[in-house]
Amino acid sequence: MAADLELAGGSLKIYVRPPMQVLSVQSLAKRYGSTEAVRDISFHVGPNEIVGLLGPNGAGKTTTINMILGVLEPTSGAIHIEGLDLAARRTQALSRTNFAAVYAPLPGNLTVYHNLRIFGLIYGVEGLRDRIEELLIHFDLVGFRNAKCGVLSSGEQTRVALAKAMLNKPRLLLLDEPTASLDPAMASDIRRHIRAFADEGKGGVLWTSHNMYEVEEVCDRVLFLSRGRILLEGDPKALAGKYGKRSLEELFIAVARDTGLSENGADGILGAGGAEDAEPAA
Amino acid sequence: MNFDRTFAIVLRQYYLMRGSLSRFLPLFLWVAIDMVLWGFLSRYLNTVTTAGMDFVPKLLGAVLLWDFLTRVMQGVTIAFLEDVWSRNFLNFFASPLRVSEYVGGLVITSILTSLVGLAVMLVLATTVFGLSFFIYGLAIIPFVLILFVSGISLGILGSAMVLRLGPSSEWFIWPIPIMVSPFAGVFYPVATLPGWMQAVSKAIPPSYVFEGMRTFLATGTVSGPSLALGGALSLGYLALACWVFQRTYRHAIRTGLIARYSAESVA
Repeated sequence: MAADLELAGGSLKIYVRPPMQVLSVQSLAKRYGSTEAVRDISFHVGPNEIVGLLGPNGAGKTTTINMILGVLEPTSGAIHIEGLDLAARRTQALSRTNFAAVYAPLPGNLTVYHNLRIFGLIYGVEGLRDRIEELLIHFDLVGFRNAKCGVLSSGEQTRVALAKAMLNKPRLLLLDEPTASLDPAMASDIRRHIRAFADEGKGGVLWTSHNMYEVEEVCDRVLFLSRGRILLEGDPKALAGKYGKRSLEELFIAVARDTGLSENGADGILGAGGAEDAEPAA
Repeated sequence: MNFDRTFAIVLRQYYLMRGSLSRFLPLFLWVAIDMVLWGFLSRYLNTVTTAGMDFVPKLLGAVLLWDFLTRVMQGVTIAFLEDVWSRNFLNFFASPLRVSEYVGGLVITSILTSLVGLAVMLVLATTVFGLSFFIYGLAIIPFVLILFVSGISLGILGSAMVLRLGPSSEWFIWPIPIMVSPFAGVFYPVATLPGWMQAVSKAIPPSYVFEGMRTFLATGTVSGPSLALGGALSLGYLALACWVFQRTYRHAIRTGLIARYSAESVA
């Protein structure tokens, strides 16, 4: 919590400000002609928080992430990264951000070190040489320093992508299915790294995944997206029970299959699960 | 503009070239072969035409300058295509990198790579075929500058076209110099062309260079206003090319083209 001190009339007043959100999304929408990919969603990610963005294929997760990354212009709404308006101060906002996505591998024709050096320069990393060495050790990539990224296994490539994503110690880390196609041991290592990132620094993480086990293990809060709308929001460990489901996976399947959800919010789930006291996301 | 970010774009191209013979050789191999081919042709023409007629500065000099423009253009487009081929747009454009810094990096890459080609061409043309650019005097400076700026403009326009139409449209880029050359009067005076082609030539900056080159060889003088017009036109096209690229980029951001660019074709 930040605090403002003010001396007024001989007495000390302390105003406590809430911590600045790492990411604040307000009324975000994206339309392609008559198709609404994302419909008026609002959410935030706080410091040290890992927020899971969940939903079936085509729900609007990647569209949302692309808008936050500045590579897709919203039809309406606003995105603030650490209070910086992405539309007005793109370069400054994106300097505080980084990302790793399974569909955006680093160029395979450059070595691990060369890729990290190039992106380190682009993100304006100070003490770049030392930072690269630190990340090579942290992600167990020292032996692959001079290997071209294209010849690495998918697990090694994911570690390189994460090393790149953490080069600038981002305040907002966006991860689009970072553990897809990894074996369980490797996925567990990656989750540990990301959890440590959120716990140790001041950064927040927005994470998409189809693996409900890892979402439950890693995320502090989840948002369920369906047809471009946020249907549910809450603690992943409590949400399933709250909606009368045995697991987060069962809740996910209910969200994915219920055709009435897009129009009726979480009512379909409430009906299916019978949780009468639960509240859908606003 | 942030120099580090522009430098990163140039550094990426340097790393790619340093480790790849197939990228390094084309910087000078094809233009060197052109020099040899046109050099011998010029020599042969000298033996079968009127005595005193020297084709080396007229023909070989023109080919050298045209190849320089082509190399400059390709310097930009190939650097851009490297990012298309490695599906790197999302990594670059979801970062603090500005479009101006990215294009600036492509242009600096082109300056460096085209200088390699120019140096090899000059060495071959002067040592093997006796071509000396000193005969053009100081006029060679505006000649080279106009061709350089024109090559950059064509490169940026070609890149914008691929950004807009998708990866498969890269094949539109390669014939651009060949399509422009008939109007530029590389090998013959513009007066040789029919009226409508002459009208098009007036809008093409390199035509002022090649006309000026021939005039200089014939009279020893070059028209200052004509070169100034060519220079102004080339700068105008450069501004237009940058504007088109910026507009294309905005369109790609608005429509999600950048995010979907890994698709084979988005047209």
